[in-house]
Amino acid sequence: MSVSSDYLEQEFKQPSLLKRLGWFDWLWALLTVAGTVYAHIHYVEFMDSYEVGILYGTAITLIWLGWTWKPTRQLSLVIALLSLFAIALYGSDLARGDSNFFLKYLVSSQSAIMWMSALYVMATFAYFFGMFARSDFSNRVGSALTWSATAMGFTGLMVRWRESYLISHDVGHIPVSNLYEVFILFAVITALMYLFYEGRYKSRQLGGFVLTVISAAVAFLLWYAFARGAHEIQPLVPALQSYWMKIHVPTNFIGYGGFALAAMVAVAYLLVERRPEGWLAGRLPSLEQMDDVMYKAIALGFAFFTVATVLGAMWAAEAWGGYWSWDPKETWALIVWLNYAAWLHLRLTKGWRGRPLAWWSVVGLFITLFAFLGVNMFLSGLHSYGTL
Amino acid sequence: MNDTTSPVRARRSTGAIALEFLGSMNLAITLLVVIAIASVIGTVLQQNEPYTNYVMKFGPFWFEVFKALGLFDIYGAAWFLILLGFLLISTSICVWRNTPHILRDMRHYRVDVQEKSLRSFHLKAEWDTPCDRSDTAARAAALLSARGYRVRQRAQDEHVTVAAMQGAVGRLGYILSHASIVVICLGGLIDGNPPLKWQELRGEVRAETRDIPAGEVPAESTLSTDNLSFRGSISIPEGGTSSVVFLQLRDGYLVQELPFTIELEQFRVEHYPTGMPKSFESDLVIHDDDLKEPLRQTIKVNHPLIYKGYSIYQSSFGDGGSSLSMRAWSLDLPHQEPLELNSNVNRFLRLTTTRGERTLEFTDFKLYNIFPLDENDTSGKKFRNYGPSIVFKVRNPAGEALEYVNYMLPVELEGRPFFMSGMRATPSEEYRYLYLPADAAGTPQRFMALLAAAHDVKRVRSTIETQLGDMVGTDAASKEVRSTMIESITRLVALFVEQGIDGVVKHAEASVPAEQRQEAINSYVNVLQGVLGALYVDMLRSEGVDVAQGVSDADSQFFDDALNTLSMLGAYGSPFYLQLSAFEHIEASGLQIARSPGKDIVYLGCAMLMVGIFMMFYMHQRRVWIYLTPRDGGTNVLFAGSGHRNRMEFEREFHALQAELEQAVPRRAAAD
Ligand code: HEM
Repeated sequence: MSVSSDYLEQEFKQPSLLKRLGWFDWLWALLTVAGTVYAHIHYVEFMDSYEVGILYGTAITLIWLGWTWKPTRQLSLVIALLSLFAIALYGSDLARGDSNFFLKYLVSSQSAIMWMSALYVMATFAYFFGMFARSDFSNRVGSALTWSATAMGFTGLMVRWRESYLISHDVGHIPVSNLYEVFILFAVITALMYLFYEGRYKSRQLGGFVLTVISAAVAFLLWYAFARGAHEIQPLVPALQSYWMKIHVPTNFIGYGGFALAAMVAVAYLLVERRPEGWLAGRLPSLEQMDDVMYKAIALGFAFFTVATVLGAMWAAEAWGGYWSWDPKETWALIVWLNYAAWLHLRLTKGWRGRPLAWWSVVGLFITLFAFLGVNMFLSGLHSYGTL
Repeated sequence: MNDTTSPVRARRSTGAIALEFLGSMNLAITLLVVIAIASVIGTVLQQNEPYTNYVMKFGPFWFEVFKALGLFDIYGAAWFLILLGFLLISTSICVWRNTPHILRDMRHYRVDVQEKSLRSFHLKAEWDTPCDRSDTAARAAALLSARGYRVRQRAQDEHVTVAAMQGAVGRLGYILSHASIVVICLGGLIDGNPPLKWQELRGEVRAETRDIPAGEVPAESTLSTDNLSFRGSISIPEGGTSSVVFLQLRDGYLVQELPFTIELEQFRVEHYPTGMPKSFESDLVIHDDDLKEPLRQTIKVNHPLIYKGYSIYQSSFGDGGSSLSMRAWSLDLPHQEPLELNSNVNRFLRLTTTRGERTLEFTDFKLYNIFPLDENDTSGKKFRNYGPSIVFKVRNPAGEALEYVNYMLPVELEGRPFFMSGMRATPSEEYRYLYLPADAAGTPQRFMALLAAAHDVKRVRSTIETQLGDMVGTDAASKEVRSTMIESITRLVALFVEQGIDGVVKHAEASVPAEQRQEAINSYVNVLQGVLGALYVDMLRSEGVDVAQGVSDADSQFFDDALNTLSMLGAYGSPFYLQLSAFEHIEASGLQIARSPGKDIVYLGCAMLMVGIFMMFYMHQRRVWIYLTPRDGGTNVLFAGSGHRNRMEFEREFHALQAELEQAVPRRAAAD
């Protein structure tokens, strides 16, 4: 019996992940490793052992991501090529940003971000048109635009990183240090999360809704750049010169992105739920599926928000001398966290579904928005960056 | 979760009911929401400010109400801590009640499941296969274990049950994450220092509100080194030492003793070109009898020093008592001999001035003052350094003070150098600036000389006499007119130098009818210009300037500027102008010192929380059963499943499994 069961099990075994990989997957891994080793050899003198660890950790993450979520390979390649192109064009002279054609109109960080903005707005229209006209073609255009916008957004951030070092070595820093930069981060992370679910559920119908919140972020970004000149790269105040910033901020924005995604799906949910037979109902995914996306997005957001808050506490312990100071930003993070903890409990233990939770996620977005923006605008505290 | 709710019992004790309530989901969710809302208050209302600020903001009545509610230190208020306590109890009870059952559930395969209950499952499928029972069971078990399930089989009577389960460890996530809340709260509680709170409640420890040296603070406001946890701050000047820190407590402070002495050897600030601080760091020396030799270490923001469980952080910087040499130029006297003064930041001087006793309190010194060149310039690229400045207050015997900021170096405005001095009555105002023209040597000397001349009544009178010259006849009546004119012009000049243009305007308002007032003021100004101009030319002559060919453009520009300044002097409010002539910059480093023995416990809790939450979300426990009954020479297959979480995903998995099972143990062809 046991012999035959081993034998049988062999028969049912599925090929493992490694065996299922195609030549492009291996090429992808090879490229990533080659790039990483190149970076290691050339820049090892600028890195401490943590940073070398992070470098290889990033490579492994990228390979794994490319294998399990295939489109990220193309995305990463495009971002890498555009960024390298821009860096090569710059050389060591920041002024080329104004004189070189490609930099000026395509890949300097500011141009890339403008492209990102335009593409996201176009994607929003394409998705909505696709929904109204039931045009799959238009939806596919929306998808393509969203991928391109995301590529431009990431390129903009990468190039901005380089530009900050071109200004002067001591000004250089990762571009997640002020409100302008994190808005870009918010747009690209939310878009990526949406694209993930789009692929997962093979449904492009929610695109318009999610891209609406991204377009709103883009509108703010443009206003902030043109009215306030916020796109200028500023040096870091001492409190921000910390390794923790690099991981705390992006982690936080995975959280914010998840909450924003959930809220926009909730809006779609509420619209359909109000008129189950209405014409929107036929154009959007089933209520059950939207409810599921909403839960998944909040779960993911909550998990990362938890990590981000813990990282924030550890950073605070190092920068301010206490892991928890009831500083307004900290406190609002706690408020957001408690709010979604209550949401999750209602769903998971009390079996709530549907309308009340959808409303709650919409309200949750406003609470999140206050934690993200309102605190900087209206309250004063130790979080010194990004006052409006 | 229907499997965790306790079965309804017929009779229950009060304790059981209380326990049920405390561990209930409704209470938990209510607490989460209520704590979230309560936390908002503390972010809207600035916490732990001096009480006087609150009185000013809310008025005495609401101040008392808010104080009673603890709103000024909400996160330390009893009712807030009680809320947190309830959350702690609720979570503990929840974990305690659910853990045994979850642990059991993780190990149980439930092979004894009843056919009837499988049939009631939402996810199920049933078909007949020609394969025999044990073959079917073996193939099904092999398939499931190839898909990552752990499998148990049981044969009973003629039935075989294959029970399989996957992802059970995910259930530990619940225990980890919820226990972590308890752990974090405990760590936080230790750092919250309950013994100290208790002593405070009993009045054994009281906040000191007076501004006195640490050594004079009474014992009831001093904490010994036994105190386990605190967070306080201290400012140490370069070359100075400290073995205490100050803990802020409501409207006062406590003195915390340290078991070692911290010496600040040197402090350094670096700035970006924009004037923004780029880094600040302190070279510290720790003196401790337990150390063979003093411990030297440099700390900076984000890079603290941890010694004996005390963490020492760089938090701010300020002036550590820079020594200042100054010249006080009287603004009232007819002769000009500046008074040399020496003092330090954070010290004060008492002076007897032309306007009575004044206390001079030096509050700050800045080596650099970097401002945007153009206020409308948003690019943030063009900056200008205005050089060193001092801030001081001039207090009169009634206790009223005006605050001044004086820049040491003349500042170029429209190409000409001026000494800048800002004045304000309260910290909430913007400074109003006085611009004092600097002479060719870069000193206020020439302006002060003019001012002194204008105060010299004899000189003013003789100048006026010369100017009037023969304009008036020599008869007695004319003489009378003449001397009245001289008197009134002299008074006008005195009025102008004492009260500035405001005084002149006021005088006009009091003595001239409205319709002629503007004209009168214009003629006053003309007269003043004439008299002071003559004084100025006199002064130039005595300086050795050749004025035979007329006054040079530069000198006449200087006079216009000086006249402007004179007209503003009335509102300046100080009997003297203080010129900073030399300084020795002594910086002070603002350190934060914390001792938090609960920190590691909190971190442990955080780790548990993060791991637990990811386990809860991404490792789902799911079970499937295959219930086999012999039928018509073959076997009837009943396949059912349940997922603990994530219904849609499990549904997909279930259907995929079903399809594979139907291949492994195929349906009997319909024709059979
Ligand atoms: C600060 C306090 C709390 C936080 C942050 C928290 C967090 C969470 C989260 C995020 C989940 C979702 C898990 C999932 O998706 O599987 C959860 C589940 C749950 N929570 Fe809490 N919780 C807290 C307090 C409580 C309290 C006080 C109770 C008890 C009344 C409780 C009982 C439960 C139960 C029974 C589950 C379902 C566990 C399962 O089925 O695996 N929680 N909790």
